[in-house]
Amino acid sequence: MSALLQIEGVSKHFGGVNALSEVNLTIKAGQVYGLIGPNGAGKTTFFNVMTGLYRADAGRFALAGTPYEPSSVHKVAQAGIARTFQNIRLFNAMTVLENVMVGRHVRTRNGVWAALVRHRRARVEEADTRRIAQHWLDYVGIGELAERRADTLSYGHQRRLEIARALATEPKLLALDEPAAGMNAAEKLQLRDLLEKIRNDGRTLLLIEHDVKLVMGLCDRITVLDHGQVIAEGAPHDVRSNPAVIEAYLGGGVHG
Amino acid sequence: MSLSIAMTQPTQRARIGLVLFALALLLAPWIAGQAGGNAWVRMLDFALLYIMLALGLNIVVGYAGLLDLGFIAFYAVGAYLAALLSSPHLLTQFPALAAALPHGLHTSIWIIVPLAGLLAAGFGMLLGAPTLGLRGDYLAIVTLGFGEIIRIFMRNLDRPLNITNGPKGISSVDPIQLFGVNLARTQDIFGFRVPSVYLYYYLFAVLALLIMFACVRLQDSRIGRAWLAIREDEDAAQAMGLNTRRLKLLAFAIGASFGGVGGALFASFQGFVSPESFSLNESVAVLAMVVLGGMGHIPGVILGCVLLAALPEVLRATMGSVQQWLFGQVLVDPEIIRQLFYGLALILVMLYRPAGVWPASREAAR
Repeated sequence: MSALLQIEGVSKHFGGVNALSEVNLTIKAGQVYGLIGPNGAGKTTFFNVMTGLYRADAGRFALAGTPYEPSSVHKVAQAGIARTFQNIRLFNAMTVLENVMVGRHVRTRNGVWAALVRHRRARVEEADTRRIAQHWLDYVGIGELAERRADTLSYGHQRRLEIARALATEPKLLALDEPAAGMNAAEKLQLRDLLEKIRNDGRTLLLIEHDVKLVMGLCDRITVLDHGQVIAEGAPHDVRSNPAVIEAYLGGGVHG
Repeated sequence: MSLSIAMTQPTQRARIGLVLFALALLLAPWIAGQAGGNAWVRMLDFALLYIMLALGLNIVVGYAGLLDLGFIAFYAVGAYLAALLSSPHLLTQFPALAAALPHGLHTSIWIIVPLAGLLAAGFGMLLGAPTLGLRGDYLAIVTLGFGEIIRIFMRNLDRPLNITNGPKGISSVDPIQLFGVNLARTQDIFGFRVPSVYLYYYLFAVLALLIMFACVRLQDSRIGRAWLAIREDEDAAQAMGLNTRRLKLLAFAIGASFGGVGGALFASFQGFVSPESFSLNESVAVLAMVVLGGMGHIPGVILGCVLLAALPEVLRATMGSVQQWLFGQVLVDPEIIRQLFYGLALILVMLYRPAGVWPASREAAR
């Protein structure tokens, strides 16, 4: 297995606060990778740097062996990293199907002229977009809701829609920012099934999660961040028993 | 199966609606002409110009969600372009030009209209480029400033070189000549006497239809979906790989080009342009049409234009006689009542139908 995502020496500070210092992360193709850490550890900052929302002070980024500069969000997405948001962000006034069709934007070419004239190639592409979008809705199990307005969906379905929209971009890496946030136990189980299905279909996932149980059960490898630094890296059972991790999660009182 | 039924019923309804709309469009000037003479047909001509403007603004505000308070600037750009290219003004200012063009400057409408669209699109991008990073209120203020800058430029560009003739404006703009027919004169067509306002009506209707067609096609396309996505959540749109800067510029350019076409027609129709026609009030009026009709919904926007263009004239014409009938005399100036009702209508619609008189069905489902 080769490294799909290789990130080295990422630092980011806000004013005098070192939000990230010298963070390394290597994700191999086909892995489900977990990035965990207590509140304020820098998970979200790292995610935002990696996806181009924040500019890193230092760091090297490579996706599938090609260096990429996370200088703008849409370029990172075009390079092949699709993301979901911690607080679900859909295109509310659009239908469920249209939401996923927007995900096809980066894989299609129809422009203004194609829209106006609707020549043969444009019609074929539009039909393909619709068909593929419907495929991804079926894939995440909400195919029958295609014509509904996105914001009329239940919370769990909205999360699935967000994942379908990200998958529609045909990403090399699917990055999920706290996908289980706000879910009840039953919804978490269903989410876990879906993520396993996505992994079994050969996709690479990066999971930023608060829910340690979900991460431990699902991930092949885990990196733990605390105070902007990597404090542990390895397989779930190694990380779980790592004293530094236990201390970070339970607080310094354990030893002191 | 259930999907195909769900798909055909709305299209059939839309077809019937389209036929009715075409009939209304065809017959409207004759009905209005019967009711209120040429003045009312003229009002319809203006309603059509407003439809072009509002559909242009609808792309920027309704689809891409960019609040533009200076949209009338693009109308001004189109109007001044037409005025400069088909009036004696430039020739009297620059004798060298007059010597080169002994027959005067009479540019064909076939050149003026596309050129006005292109130039306005250029101005749209000029406005768009520096504002791409701005959102919401901030964008609204910048566009407001842009609208005023254009108007003030037109007002003051009479020295050192007299280009726009300042506040006096440019007069004797050529009327539109189409296939050798002068639209400013009453024409005999198959024995019918068709006055000028009717001829302009049908020309404007054809162009408004073209713009409607373009809007419908754009709305149901990859580009239209991308605009809506930006309107709904710009960050999420970027995360899906949409180049939001480029797409916003595109919305500005296309919206502005419709405004420019409307402006060129307006100048030729009026035969006269002056900075006063392009005040902030006009920008607000066009925005009111879009919002009151139903932002992002083409039939709604058109309805908004017809209502807001016709309402003041209808009130002006009727309020005097209504008072006469109710009280035996005219107590309040009809002009004042007209403004009162106009404002009242806006308030009531926004209170009771915040998504507009005729919103898109998706919005109504909220």
